[in-house]
Amino acid sequence: MMVKPKTRIPIPKRPAEERIKDFNEVAVGYTEKEAIEEASRCIQCPDKPCVAGCPVGVDIPRFIKFIREKRFEEAYKVIKERCPIPAITGRVCPQEKQCEKMCRLAKIGQSIAIGALERFVADWAEEHGIYIDKKPDQQIGKSVAVVGSGPAGIVVASDLARLGYQVTVFEALHVPGGVLVYGIPEFRLPKKIVNEELKKLKDIGVDIETGVIVGKTVTVYDLLKEFDAVFIGSGAGNPRFLNIPGEDLGRIYTANEYLTRVNLMRAYMFPAYDTPIHKGKRVAVIGGGNTAMDAARTALRLGAEEVYIVYRRTRREMPAREEEIANAEEEGVKFLFLVQPVEFLGKSKVEALKLEKMRLGEPDETGRPRPIPTGETITIDIDIAITAIGFNPNPLIPKTTPEIKTDEHGRIIVDKEARTTMPRVYAGGDIVVGEGTVIEAMGWGRTAARTIHKDLTST
Amino acid sequence: MMNFEIINRKNLTEGIVEMDVHAPRVACAARPGQFVIVMACEECERIPLTLVDWSCRGGWIRLVFQEVGVSTYKLGMMDVGERLYHVAGPLGNPTHIDKFGTVAIVAGGVAIAAAYPIARAFKEAGNTVVSFIGARNSRLLIYRDHIAKISDEVHISTDDGSEGFKGFVTQLLEKRLADGFKPDLVWVVGPAPMMRSCSVVTKRFGVKTIASLNPIMVCGMGMCGACRVRIKNEIRFTCVDGPEFDAWDVDWDELLHRLSAYREEESYALKLFLESRGIKVSR
Repeated sequence: MMVKPKTRIPIPKRPAEERIKDFNEVAVGYTEKEAIEEASRCIQCPDKPCVAGCPVGVDIPRFIKFIREKRFEEAYKVIKERCPIPAITGRVCPQEKQCEKMCRLAKIGQSIAIGALERFVADWAEEHGIYIDKKPDQQIGKSVAVVGSGPAGIVVASDLARLGYQVTVFEALHVPGGVLVYGIPEFRLPKKIVNEELKKLKDIGVDIETGVIVGKTVTVYDLLKEFDAVFIGSGAGNPRFLNIPGEDLGRIYTANEYLTRVNLMRAYMFPAYDTPIHKGKRVAVIGGGNTAMDAARTALRLGAEEVYIVYRRTRREMPAREEEIANAEEEGVKFLFLVQPVEFLGKSKVEALKLEKMRLGEPDETGRPRPIPTGETITIDIDIAITAIGFNPNPLIPKTTPEIKTDEHGRIIVDKEARTTMPRVYAGGDIVVGEGTVIEAMGWGRTAARTIHKDLTST
Repeated sequence: MMNFEIINRKNLTEGIVEMDVHAPRVACAARPGQFVIVMACEECERIPLTLVDWSCRGGWIRLVFQEVGVSTYKLGMMDVGERLYHVAGPLGNPTHIDKFGTVAIVAGGVAIAAAYPIARAFKEAGNTVVSFIGARNSRLLIYRDHIAKISDEVHISTDDGSEGFKGFVTQLLEKRLADGFKPDLVWVVGPAPMMRSCSVVTKRFGVKTIASLNPIMVCGMGMCGACRVRIKNEIRFTCVDGPEFDAWDVDWDELLHRLSAYREEESYALKLFLESRGIKVSR
């Protein structure tokens, strides 16, 4: 007898017309009942294909089984064995490309909503005051400096502190979290959640020092005198430009500046917060990644009437998560596909964007069809433009530490185990891969922590 | 002493404050020409301020700033014993100090203080330092004694003629250059229009000029691109590629234009803030 698989319980979201009026979180999370129901769909495959899809190797079927049994605290402990920040990863991981993609149910229907369940467990633990993070009883008498408090640095710090290392995290900005605080918007990842998760790092004995720019305030050489090892997770975040005429006009932002003003500096609360931002009525966001979606949806919440995503290929080639594209569509972002910006027009401020129509050709080196100019142009009226066409790795550390070799894109070269070309220095995350996801960076952090532990205990 | 605690504070003149802040890591790494990003409070803007002086042993850095916007007003209202919310630095590249021969230092307004550590470093490197300092009136001529102490000559201008040459400091420089003054290098800091005028003048006389730029900045570490400027038609970030550039290569119109990007918002916020604190400002 064939059993028809039950359909997935969708994670509840606030209606689009309501959520675009504020910066509160879009997804509201499962109730206990919904979580149990969704968890009950899991068929508990003995070979656990989903775990192989998780860069940090969370024992997914085991935590899901605990949810089904209403043993949420145990479920939380299972996740925390491998992932120090489940409230964050449950929200921002691209599960559909990782654990959920490997889920056996995906082949016959809909995969288990692993991300939504992870989030449920983490939020439940926070609500019920479950704190399992504490400083290990024994210190092993070695210290590690972690440069950057983004996803890679958080995992390195957490893994090593649990092993009894004295870990100090150096963050350049005024609050820790890296891209989790300056990049990802409040409506996708509330900063309160980030703060709660980072507080747990302090609970296990990690020191976080803000305002230290490694390469400027202190050098890697200084750190090596003080610490047994140094991990560099300084991220990407050096924005690229289109290099087209008119790019210097007023009200053209890089996505990094736009999002930093809004997320980190809270410009959406101006003048209660001092940092201003131009809100605009007609906004063009150039690019097709998650950053572009974040910027477009932010612009809507700042009150724009028309927000365009301008992308040179088609929806199918967009690098953004499907969920984010769908959210943007639901909220009324308009998509202009197969167009490439050729010029910004305006007197002192940007007034229009001239676009050349493209068609798709043969695949390029990224495997995606190459956009080919057609010669035909259109012009759209805008009063704000945001460029979200990617980043280069942050050059500060390689520039001041020549022993750390980089490739032609400025990415730090590491071996498979995250060792750089400089002894006792390790690296991971976007500074190594260019542009990755939060969980990929966390995977790097896990690898680096393992290698650091191995190297420091083998001698 | 706590990190970022204010250990000294004084009003140099109306609306210009000098502040020493406990920031030992910054103090030990600082070099002339570098700056810090400062936040007075959690809601405040990140503002770039040039390091005016520092002591590694004392663990402090000295900042001089003018109360012009909400964030600088809030900073100015803080007192000894209070802690700044955030200080990050030293940022930017240090001034290229070398023995050039005669170096003319040109500085206007509150930036006279910013010129001081650079002038001192040029002097210590064995240069003849000729300083040109200017302000709207004689009361606003801050740091004149500091500058005098490390300069071989000091030339003063005021817009209203209350002291020295009546007119802009760049006009004074121009006059001296026309009279045969031949510096090997001009180093200029001040309001962007003043630096642009200086660049125009020195180009005419063929004297290489380094300008320390002051665009709007947010992150200060090469991430956001708010401080981008065009140098020889290439996009450069003031925070990581500067803050000093060859003045002749700078697209001054773009810099001036970008500096005024938030003028409306700034004056709106300042008005609200001053009203809420019951402060009346005549300026």
